[in-house]
Amino acid sequence: MSVLVLAESPKGKLKKAAFEVVHYGFKAAQELGGSCIALVIGSADEVSQLGKYGASKVIHVPEDRGGMDSATYTDMIAQVVERESIHTVVVNHSSTGKAIAGRLSVRLDTGIASQVNTVPQKSDQGITVGRPVFSGKAFAKYLIKGDRRVLSLMGNAMAPQEVGAACPVEEVSLQVPTPRVIIKETKTVDGVVPLPEAELVVSAGRGMKGPENWGIIEELADVIGATTACSRPVADSGWRPHHEHVGQTGVAIRPNLYIAIGISGAIQHLAGVNSSKCIVVINKDPEAPFFKAADYGVCADLFDVVPRLTAAFKKFKAL
Amino acid sequence: MKLLVCISKTPDTTAKIAFKEDNTQFDENGVQFILNPYDEWYALVRALEIKEQLGGSVTVINVGGPSNDVVIRKALAIGADDAVRVNTEAIGSDVVAANIAAYARENDFDIIFSGKETIDFNSSEVGAMIAEHLDLPFISYASHLDHDGTTATIARDIEGGVEVVEVSGSFVLSAAKGLAEQRIPNMRGIMMAKRKPLNVIDPVVVESKMDIVSYSLPPVKEGVKMIDPENMDELVRLLHEEAKVV
Repeated sequence: MSVLVLAESPKGKLKKAAFEVVHYGFKAAQELGGSCIALVIGSADEVSQLGKYGASKVIHVPEDRGGMDSATYTDMIAQVVERESIHTVVVNHSSTGKAIAGRLSVRLDTGIASQVNTVPQKSDQGITVGRPVFSGKAFAKYLIKGDRRVLSLMGNAMAPQEVGAACPVEEVSLQVPTPRVIIKETKTVDGVVPLPEAELVVSAGRGMKGPENWGIIEELADVIGATTACSRPVADSGWRPHHEHVGQTGVAIRPNLYIAIGISGAIQHLAGVNSSKCIVVINKDPEAPFFKAADYGVCADLFDVVPRLTAAFKKFKAL
Repeated sequence: MKLLVCISKTPDTTAKIAFKEDNTQFDENGVQFILNPYDEWYALVRALEIKEQLGGSVTVINVGGPSNDVVIRKALAIGADDAVRVNTEAIGSDVVAANIAAYARENDFDIIFSGKETIDFNSSEVGAMIAEHLDLPFISYASHLDHDGTTATIARDIEGGVEVVEVSGSFVLSAAKGLAEQRIPNMRGIMMAKRKPLNVIDPVVVESKMDIVSYSLPPVKEGVKMIDPENMDELVRLLHEEAKVV
């Protein structure tokens, strides 16, 4: 009995999320027994490298069907689960993983925990595992009953560590039904780390006064290699694209560093960012509620401070 | 179009989160409950718009006890035609999904809507589970939906953008921001809601495979360290040496 992880390879590339889920699977296998088997579906480079993060074997289903839906993925994973005798399936809590996890738990008739951020532990009735609840305002320890389960792993919850070397790869062909959901078009911004995966995020709000002033935000983000984000009013006014909106109704993020510029910090905004490891708030209003949730604060006009912070980072990077 | 919208009752966004019984239960004392925003603002309103465009009916379904009737009536006030409450506690996503699927299986809906997640447990599980129970296509995190009566064109949020998909026949969808604009119920809607049918039915599944053992609150922040605006080198130094994030 082993752990099976789905390592996603968007556009043929294995990225950090794949290494995270493999390393989490490795740790889960240490606790629950067996080894960690990684499943890669679709074209991908250097899949044997997943061994470095703890996979004992990679099952690679190379066929690219020009798009997959949650039912097709579920079908493929369920086949591998039976073949390999799997006790725990782990996916990323990504747009793909979220659509699969619930389906798969019904297909396999197992319990489920989504967005987990601790390594599972054995218990009398099954396993226990932790996850945030109430939009990050609390944590809950779940008991998942039974001898099999499905988990989805929260992004940035576990830093992938190298624990081994390249592993064997088994190329497998699986019979699957034709997807009923047809992908017509994918519109993503290239060359930018997507917000849910970003380690550094520079975010700005209404204090910017208008979209024409975003140059200083983009420059700061560029210097430190951060992804840009914004508050809800900014996205709603069309100053910035909808996918940059972080907060309760937008994207929930968990970067190492979140720099909030000209954002007052309404509770709905905090709900999407309060799991960030370190929060810097720049705001000229000393009463801005965001300061209460911050690790570091700068109370000043952002149009003065942000270029100075960018200069300071440039100096630091040049050292 | 026969449309079903799954609705949940959740604590208000601004509710104080506290626990009781040795941190094993959510403390509902003084907490205001609301219709889960993703269900109300996006799923329900887009379902009503599709009905207005193509004709048909909108049914809302909730799994829970009699105290949920208040939020169910709100959904009726916003415009749903009728409501179903499965009379059992919503103790796990598996129980909720199995009960909704059992009802939907008997009633042949064209589209089943849910919110992308509830704001209390944030797990995004129920929509996908219903789809699997009914062997239907599932489109998660939909932020745009057009329907011509046969084929739906849907934009779903993915990392750093959207994916545009097409699906024909019945399907399940989870609603994200952008799918519709919030509607405030008017007095006429509120009065009419009192006379609309709210059918209470018995559950088919009552035991969950999941249980919450305990809750905890995050450690309290030490307090913000204010930095001199003239000295951004100091902030960078602290981020590097103290916080170790750059």
